[in-house]
Order: sequence, then C-alpha cells, then structure tokens
Amino acid sequence: MTGVDTGDTAWMLIATALVILMTPALGLFYAGLVREKNTLNTFMMSIAALAVATVTWAAVGYSFAFAEGNGIIGGFDFAFLHDVTFLPREGTTIPHLVFFAFQASFCIITTALVSGAVVERMRFGPYLAFIALWSVLVYAVLAHWSFGGGWLQENGMLDFAGGVPVEMGSGFAALAAALVVGARKDYGRQALLPHNAVYVILGAGLLWFGWFGFNGGSGFSTGQGSVLAFTNTLLAPASTLVVWFVLDLIRGRKVTAIGAATAIIVGCVLITPAGGFVSPGWAMLLGGAGALPSYAVIVWRPRTRVDETLDVLAAHGTAGLTGILFIGFFAQESWNGVSDGLLYGNADQLLWQFLAAVATPLYAFGMTFGLLKLLGLAAPLRVTEGEEAIGMDVGQHGEEAYATGEGAILIRPVDGDEKLLKDAGLEGVPVANPA
Amino acid sequence: MKLVIGIVRPEKTNDVLEHLFRCEVRGVSMSRVQGHGGELERVETYRGTTVQMGLSDKTRFEIAVSDEFVDRTIEALCEGARTGEVGDGKIFVLPLERAVRIRTGETDHGAVTPVTA
Repeated sequence: MTGVDTGDTAWMLIATALVILMTPALGLFYAGLVREKNTLNTFMMSIAALAVATVTWAAVGYSFAFAEGNGIIGGFDFAFLHDVTFLPREGTTIPHLVFFAFQASFCIITTALVSGAVVERMRFGPYLAFIALWSVLVYAVLAHWSFGGGWLQENGMLDFAGGVPVEMGSGFAALAAALVVGARKDYGRQALLPHNAVYVILGAGLLWFGWFGFNGGSGFSTGQGSVLAFTNTLLAPASTLVVWFVLDLIRGRKVTAIGAATAIIVGCVLITPAGGFVSPGWAMLLGGAGALPSYAVIVWRPRTRVDETLDVLAAHGTAGLTGILFIGFFAQESWNGVSDGLLYGNADQLLWQFLAAVATPLYAFGMTFGLLKLLGLAAPLRVTEGEEAIGMDVGQHGEEAYATGEGAILIRPVDGDEKLLKDAGLEGVPVANPA
Repeated sequence: MKLVIGIVRPEKTNDVLEHLFRCEVRGVSMSRVQGHGGELERVETYRGTTVQMGLSDKTRFEIAVSDEFVDRTIEALCEGARTGEVGDGKIFVLPLERAVRIRTGETDHGAVTPVTA
C-alpha cells in the first residue's frame, strides 16, 4: 500500500496497546489512593472512560479533533469513522485506522484522569454523562488546538505528546470538577488515607511502562523524534524520582513510597510535551527541576478547602504547564529538526508556549465548570451523606472489593434472571442452593 | 465499675472516638466485628451469583469506667453513633468485678481512671 511503512505501523500498533494499558493502570493507582470502601467505584471510573470515551471518540470526538475545520474545532468529515481507512493518515506513514486508535487511547486516559478530582462522592450515572460530554467538548477541542491543525499548532506551538490536551486539560478540568462537586463530607475533619500503597506503586509502574508508548508513539513512526521521546521518558522521570526523594527527606526525614509513585507520574507528565523536542540532558533537568512546582502544589493543596482529591492538578496540570513552558526555553533544532527555544535564540517559541499555558487552563477550567454546573441542574452529582459514609462500592455497584463471603446467603435468582435463563434454554436446570 | 460495650456502625467509629475523648473517656478498646441486628439486608451480585448479606460490619467498643463515668460514656456513644436509620447499633452495660493496671498493679477505681500526669 502506498505510503504505509510496515515498521512504523508495527510500532504504532504496539504503542497503542501500551497506552490502552495505562487506563486500567490509572484505575489501580487511583484505587489504592482511596479508602477501602470506595475501591471498586474509583477503579470503575477509569474503566468507564474505556467504555464511554471510546464510543464518543469514534462518533464525533476524533472528527472534532482531527478533521479539517477552523482554528478552534474540527469538522464532521471523520464522524463515525467516515473515511478512516487503511490509507495512511495525512502526514504520517501509518494507516488512518491505527492513527485513530492511537489517538483514541489518549482521549480515554485523559478522560479517566479527571475522575481523580471527584472520587469517593460522585454518583456513577452523572459521572458517565459528564465524561461523555467532557471527552468531546474539552478533550477533542484541546486536541484540535494542539495536534489537529488548530490555532496553537498552526502558530508553531510545540506539544509532542499532549501537554495541552492531556495534562493541562485534565489537571485544570479536575480543579473545576472538585469545586463544582464539592469536598467529601469528611475532608478536613478526618484523616483520609490511601488504603493500599502497593496498588499505588504498581499502578504508577504500569503507567510509566505504558508512557513509553504514549511518548514514544507520538512521533507516529520509528523516527528520531520517537526515539528521542522514548529515551527521554526514561531519563526525566528517573530525575524526578531522585529530586522527590531529596524533597521528601528534607520535609519529613523519610523517603515515602507514595511520594515515589507520585514522582513517577510527575516525571512522565513533565516530559510528555517536551519528549521529542529537547536533548536528553535538558530532559533530565526538566525532570529534576520540574519536580519542584508539582511538589509545592501537592504540599499546599490539602491545606486549602479544595478537595481535589487525588491531586490531578499538581501531578498533571502543574507538571504539564511546566513542560510546555520548558520547551519555550530549551527546544533545540539540532535535536528536534523543528524549532529552537529562547536559549537558542528563538523568542517566538516561548511566546507561543506561554499562550498555550494560559489559554488551555482557562478553557479546560471554564468549560468543565460550566458543564458540571449544567449537569448538576439535571441531576444531583453527589451521593447522599449516608451513602458516602457507607461507601460507594456497596451503594453504587452493590459489590465489595474485598468480599469475604461471611454472612452471605445465596438467594434465588431475581426475576429478570429467570427470563434470561429461559431465553437461553437453561430453564429447569437445578439451582445449587435455592433460598 | 462497669464495662460498657458499644456496637456501632464502622463509618461512625471516628465520631464516637471524638465524642469519647471530648468527655474525657480515655481508656478504650476497639475491634471490628460482624453482626446482625435486624437491619435491612443488602443484596450484592457477582457475575451470576446473587447473595444477601446477612451480616453487617460493625465496630465494637469496650470501655471500662468507674460508676460516675457510665452515663457520659453512654451519651458519647449515642451521640457519636446515631444516624436515625436501622442499624445504628446497641450499648450493653455490664457490672465489672475487678480491674488491674498491669504496669503499676493499681486495682479497680485507680486502674480505670486515666493517667493524667
């Protein structure tokens, strides 16, 4: 097939699968950070993004992001996968279908990220409605600005793997979501501790693993940009970890495990926009120095009344903003073949990076705030105080994460089940333990 | 001397502790138990299996107090644990024969009075 490169395509298929893994990994990471009684609900918020955001992306999200349109939003040309075929996507050497799937995985993980702001209290139904709208109205629009020929990309703003739509988009949306939904009832009154630190570290590790596909795939090839981003995805988070250890030591005289897991995420986020644009040396500086603002926000945020529960703003919003601005100073044409930053004599680059760092938070925050306010008029966003106390797993899903079975009495299948069994021709099969 | 046993909702544990500390009851043991007290049964579904949860998680407080502390202990338990829904729990008060503080060998009243110094 003309224009399709098999090597590039092979890598992009794998990269897509790697990014898809990041969403359950995020679910694990988030589930470990909440209390035991909310484990499943928190995990399900990520799984729900796999369901809902994939469907909205195929319907219109992808088209709004990547079809031709104006500077703000794309058109309907690719709606419902129209014209998305085996032919290469314009400007790449991979089939359009692969390009679509790779970009879908980005929309999914970004949508799941926002859930970190509202865990332990938001009703599941309104959450599903929220992410369906958010994935189109916020993510797809920001992706258009940054990747799909929108105003930022047109003016030369550099964003390798999603500092604008993914990191700042989710981070500042999370802040808005936390403000609209409101704090958990126990926030600031009781110690609300992570219930399983091992999940948190394992989740962070799997996220880092997936991030090699996320950044390494964002060159849509096996070319130099991808290779540089891949290696920088190793170097930057490692530097962040080292600096985080030191900061932890200074602050509490002990290096913490959950701090380390957080550092991995922050480091990966920092290098996301800059991956294919800065040298490995500058990537290490970005990972190290960039830890400071995120660390500061993580320490400061719990002292406020804003229950942005899992610190999406600190880990993604702040680090994404830092990475986007960093490009403006340290981008190097000899490494990226595209553009220099201020340090190498190109002040314009910094200007556009700066504009992205102002416009993106404003749009993500404003749009999310309005969207949730409107949804809140249609249906209550939160569970009752009583249900919040008992836990979301039992209340919203009728399941427990760590069911022991003690005291569980097997009951007769419910009426609906009997019809199901009848339809399947299984009627009359003896019930193991009729109540 | 009495032994006050309070069985409360696990999600109210912290509220109960707060009320107990406020009325200066400092000697407390707590354990997680499961029980059934007439509350509505919860139904859970795992794949094709539907079960009725006959036992609910509860927190059990055991508090040994001198006689003049009994009422305020009961009050603290009630205030901390009450939601008004079925399943708030029970309080049992039992006579206590002896109490010994292991460290000092103090007995009875001295043993159940908190160390202030």
